[in-house]
Amino acid sequence: MTYYLILIFNIVLKSLALIVPLLVGVAYLTLLERKVMASMQQRRGPNVVGIFGMLQAFADGLKLFVKETILPSSANTLIFILAPIITFLISLFVWAVIPFNYNSVFVDINIGVLFILAISSLGVYGIITSGWSSNSKWSFLGSLRSAAQMISYEVSIGIIILCVLLCSGSLNLSEIVESQRKVWYILPLFPLFVMFFISGLAETNRAPFDLPEAEAELVSGYSTEYSAMGFALFFLGEYANMILMSTTVTIYFLGGWLPPIDFIVFNFIPGFFWFGLKTTGVLFLFIWVRAAYPRYRYDQLMRLGWKVFLPFSLGWLLLISGILLGFDWLI
Amino acid sequence: MFAENIFFFFFSFLSIIFSFFVIISKNPVHSILSLILVFFNAAGLLIVLGAEFLAMLFIIVYVGAVAVLFLFVIMMLNVKVTNLTASVYRYLPISCVFGSIFFLQFLMFLYLDLVSVNTNYLYLLDNNFINEWTVSLAPVTNIVVLGQLLYTYYSYLFIISGVILLVSMLGAISLTLHRRNDIKKQFIHKQIERDFNSSIVWKY
Repeated sequence: MTYYLILIFNIVLKSLALIVPLLVGVAYLTLLERKVMASMQQRRGPNVVGIFGMLQAFADGLKLFVKETILPSSANTLIFILAPIITFLISLFVWAVIPFNYNSVFVDINIGVLFILAISSLGVYGIITSGWSSNSKWSFLGSLRSAAQMISYEVSIGIIILCVLLCSGSLNLSEIVESQRKVWYILPLFPLFVMFFISGLAETNRAPFDLPEAEAELVSGYSTEYSAMGFALFFLGEYANMILMSTTVTIYFLGGWLPPIDFIVFNFIPGFFWFGLKTTGVLFLFIWVRAAYPRYRYDQLMRLGWKVFLPFSLGWLLLISGILLGFDWLI
Repeated sequence: MFAENIFFFFFSFLSIIFSFFVIISKNPVHSILSLILVFFNAAGLLIVLGAEFLAMLFIIVYVGAVAVLFLFVIMMLNVKVTNLTASVYRYLPISCVFGSIFFLQFLMFLYLDLVSVNTNYLYLLDNNFINEWTVSLAPVTNIVVLGQLLYTYYSYLFIISGVILLVSMLGAISLTLHRRNDIKKQFIHKQIERDFNSSIVWKY
């Protein structure tokens, strides 16, 4: 009995050690976004709460926490309450298989890539159920758009990941990183990296693909009817998904925790530092894109997903498998 | 073994409960959501069996794609909440037929399983014993086994299933494809081809 108790205590402690830094990271990601966008638009950004506005995110969180939760009278109450919880839980769930350093991972399963794909494909449910249960036209249209968009871009993301898997020969995330010791996959697979990054933007509903939000036409889409903690959970889930997408970019293309070159000084720096540095770089790209580009029209977005990315990634899959087979490099 | 049994009973119990909910709930959206939970529990059962690759495929294909489309269609159709009590007995005969067929199948499986065991080799049936030495001798993942079987022994069946999928995809596309000429279309290559000299024309 004590064995099981110790096991459960261990699991709880480990999950807390994963979740609490993630939430702090989300808080500071919002601050980073506001600061970076402010300096790109030659403004100051938040600088009042705390030094350099460091406590701004927590002030926002406190504001959302003490606000009143409003339940629309014609909403489907159970699903309306469950939807943000599902979104938030799913965005936390995937972090169990992400390796931060050599051997520092919560569970090291040999189908880690499939696990990430499977769980992140569930993120659609939180959005589509929230839009339906709010019983409002704006929310419903926003959620339908968002769901169609996420499903479309998952296809090309899956095929791009297949290319990475062909090169690494394993579905285990740690082994994918270790297989990039000679060269990061961003060099041989650069077009795939660009496509994966853009698909990631669309998958996380970020600008320039933030059609579901579209405050000009849809009054912020599926989260129109949500206030206080419901909205906060959606927000947290969305930003956690953003961080997750940049960590997957890091793992698949930027060599995870590996230093850029096998140099003695670089090897002294611990792996998780490199991992965090690369992830932050990709996150900066996410924010940069938001500040630089206008929003896509919906038919353009669908065209990009189905008529450009899907054929292109399929062609790359054939090319890579042909090269690997021809030179007998398949692992 | 103890934990495996607990998980097996947990998942199978929940899947039975939620499949009841699929049938009895009056709102079609609720029944789709409970169908998704049934899929989840089936995936959990597959993980307990040790087929984690199939479990993940189950979640990706059924929960991530098929059920989303179901949900889409049902939400868009705006189905009214139906009164179930009137039509329950209409479908009773056909459900009895299907139920008895499944029951017979279960009986056949049970009959095949209930062969007497030579007690001298009972230790071979102990799952722990078999697992330990085979796994430590030759660790093979799910995907390797599936690939080795699919591309060798079952290659014909594999190709045939691929052709069936292709034909169904073509059928779906040809059913829904109809070209309209009265809509405005954006040709991106034409927009890029335009240069400064030909774009502004002085007309008088």
